[in-house]
Amino acid sequence: MQSLTSLLAAGTRSFTCRPWPRAVLDPGAWSALAAHLAQGRFTLVSLWGDVDAVHMALLDEASVEAGIATCLCPEGRFPSVGQVHPPAQRLERAVRDLYGHVPEAAPDTRPWLDHGRWGIDAPLGAAQAAGEGEPYAFLAAEGAALHQIPVGPVHAGIIEPGHFRFTCHGETVVRLEARLGYVHKGIEGLMVGASVEEAARLAGRSSGDSTVAFALAFARAVEAARGIGVPPRAIWLRALAAELERLANHFGDVGAICNDAAFALMLAHCGVLRERTLRAAQTAFGNRLMMDVVIPGGLSNDMTPDGIAAVRALVKTARATFPELIRLYDDTTSIQDRTVGTGIVREALARRFGAGGFVGRASGRSFDARRFLPYPPYNQMPFTIPSRQDGDVNARIWIRIQEIEESLSLVTRLLDTLPAGPTQTSVEPGPGEGVAMVEGFRGDIFAYVRLDREGRMARAHLRDPSWFQWPLLEAAIEGNIVADFPLCNKSFNCSYAGHDL
Amino acid sequence: MALIGDLLIQGTQMTVVLAVAPLVTGVVRKLKARLYRKRGASVLQPYRDLARLFRKEAVVAEGASWLFRAAPYLIFAATWVAAALVPTFATGLLFSWSADLIAITALLGSARFFLALAGMDVGTPFGGLGSSREMMISSLAEPAMIMLVFSLALVAGSTQLSTVAGVMLQGVGLRVSLALALIGLMIVAVAENARIPVDNPSTHLELTMVHEAMVLEYSGRHLALIELSAQLKLTLYISLIACVFVPWGLAPAGAGLTHMPLGLLAYFGKLAVGATLLALFEVSLAKMRVFRVPDFLGAALMLGLLGTLLLFVSRGL
Repeated sequence: MQSLTSLLAAGTRSFTCRPWPRAVLDPGAWSALAAHLAQGRFTLVSLWGDVDAVHMALLDEASVEAGIATCLCPEGRFPSVGQVHPPAQRLERAVRDLYGHVPEAAPDTRPWLDHGRWGIDAPLGAAQAAGEGEPYAFLAAEGAALHQIPVGPVHAGIIEPGHFRFTCHGETVVRLEARLGYVHKGIEGLMVGASVEEAARLAGRSSGDSTVAFALAFARAVEAARGIGVPPRAIWLRALAAELERLANHFGDVGAICNDAAFALMLAHCGVLRERTLRAAQTAFGNRLMMDVVIPGGLSNDMTPDGIAAVRALVKTARATFPELIRLYDDTTSIQDRTVGTGIVREALARRFGAGGFVGRASGRSFDARRFLPYPPYNQMPFTIPSRQDGDVNARIWIRIQEIEESLSLVTRLLDTLPAGPTQTSVEPGPGEGVAMVEGFRGDIFAYVRLDREGRMARAHLRDPSWFQWPLLEAAIEGNIVADFPLCNKSFNCSYAGHDL
Repeated sequence: MALIGDLLIQGTQMTVVLAVAPLVTGVVRKLKARLYRKRGASVLQPYRDLARLFRKEAVVAEGASWLFRAAPYLIFAATWVAAALVPTFATGLLFSWSADLIAITALLGSARFFLALAGMDVGTPFGGLGSSREMMISSLAEPAMIMLVFSLALVAGSTQLSTVAGVMLQGVGLRVSLALALIGLMIVAVAENARIPVDNPSTHLELTMVHEAMVLEYSGRHLALIELSAQLKLTLYISLIACVFVPWGLAPAGAGLTHMPLGLLAYFGKLAVGATLLALFEVSLAKMRVFRVPDFLGAALMLGLLGTLLLFVSRGL
């Protein structure tokens, strides 16, 4: 059995891409990699296009290796990975929409991000004027007793836009198909040719609720590309910001999931904790969501002197009140009746899709980017990664609850060991290529950055964890009743903005 | 002269329920907000909402038939009449002879029938979803209600509410079947009024809605009438439970006008207690799965059946 590194070493050409190796493979070797993916030997991290090539990042979880394969496509064609490995299908459809590279023998040739409203085809590639688009054909589910329920893209609540097509047999969902792309902002296109500072601001706006994690992934990729180290204080404060973001989102989620089962009491109490977290962030970093706090080279500003006290006060309050809320959740039979056994994701499927975050960890895939390819300061800080096997809504709530406890303890230790010193180094403009993987609250965020000679962005790619979680939502709801979809959906809480980019 | 007085009191009763219904909903909402540690909108907010809706234009979907336009008026009329029949502060009113439990159930059933038809009329998937769920719930709630009415009727010897209240007032002692009927009636009331745990009146999630899904397409004065009907229905059920199980303070038949203020005061007190209990109940529960609702309502049906059986057995028929 060849490891990922040796498979990539056999490539026709290799590039210096830090810290993961990148090699050009011929179409045969590319398809062989796809076959390995299909067998479950490797995990797909991302698949993205370039002007003249397609890249694919993979993880070898057994030997703890990661690498990038590149397939050149001078004729605008590459062998489809999705034909043997379904998790790649939507990524390939996005490559085709943005760059025009056609995945050969792909099972699904429908567009994904392109809804026929851009006026041009393949905006990042050949960019030709678009012809008449065909109406989007949803997957068929036939039978006299079946009926369809279209939901969205505009919803009654204040949430992001996305279309869900349910095919139901009475109340039971036979098939759910999501259609996304409504919030495509063209971030990757805007990044091409931008300066590192401009691109960093764009990266932080990929998905507002994960702004720290996206900015961190992007910053770490740039730093890897330029080969620069960040002062220890900046590393600690970045981790602090990331953990605060995780806390705020998890508090919000636990409440919001219960609220979707009409148990608004949890939302009210968790909402208070979320608000306290955001206010602590405001005091510490001058911004509630900590947008633009993490920049390539370090932090935009050092933490304010009041910050430490504010964050410590938050930890104290959370430790005092949160256990009571967990008891309330655990002791209320009516909410347990809704969450236990609802929306189950099987472990095999979670592994196949390489689902990260609470979705993967609730279904037995205990992958955490902070642990698997550890980055400072997590390599010096022991913490537990919660994992469960049941894979239902309840499991996803419990993973969040346990992660909140871990994050609270991490925050305390980060503050206890906070080093003094500067929080920024300068990033000298120059060429380079780098990748980074960072654990956001939803799961692992992957960033790839290539800088040209002047140090401007030649290509940047950001992959939200939701790419591999949306398809699992479709699987989770199958056989459940329509009325349980909001509950399942909220327990996944996938990002629309991060996915549509 | 006596007739004018009777008419006046009957008119007061009709006006009172209509006037107080939005307030009851407002109070429930306010109490829930306070329990959620929120400030909450004023208890008068439902009045403002209704006023706003009445002023607004009613947008009707293209494919809507006459039924869609007529339904709100029919629903409102049926519900208002039903609510006005229940003795609130006085028994022995002019129309009390028609204040029959079975008549009230039938009136509410007709209102629901038109609402379900209207939900399906426009042909949107949510309307159909709501109507089918509503029919499932009502097909279980109505038999339960009838069973409960029977057990009450066996105790009081009549299905007429004035008579029932009179018998209860004289004292029938503590009876197991009455306790069962009370619990059963509360379950039916929760289901009929689309409250948690059967439905969530404040949700924005279309896929989970029952009552709200049917009325999604309504706007303007149509929506106002439907909202007002829902508020009337809530008041009706609280009044009904109060009238049968806590009839104290009701001005008896033939009592002079002097009794009326006391009766009104007692009625408002009962409404306040009912609203508080409802708010507490709703805050402490999550909504149940759609297919758990039959179990919940099945319990009400069983309670009604048990109550009736116990009465038969104790009388040795």
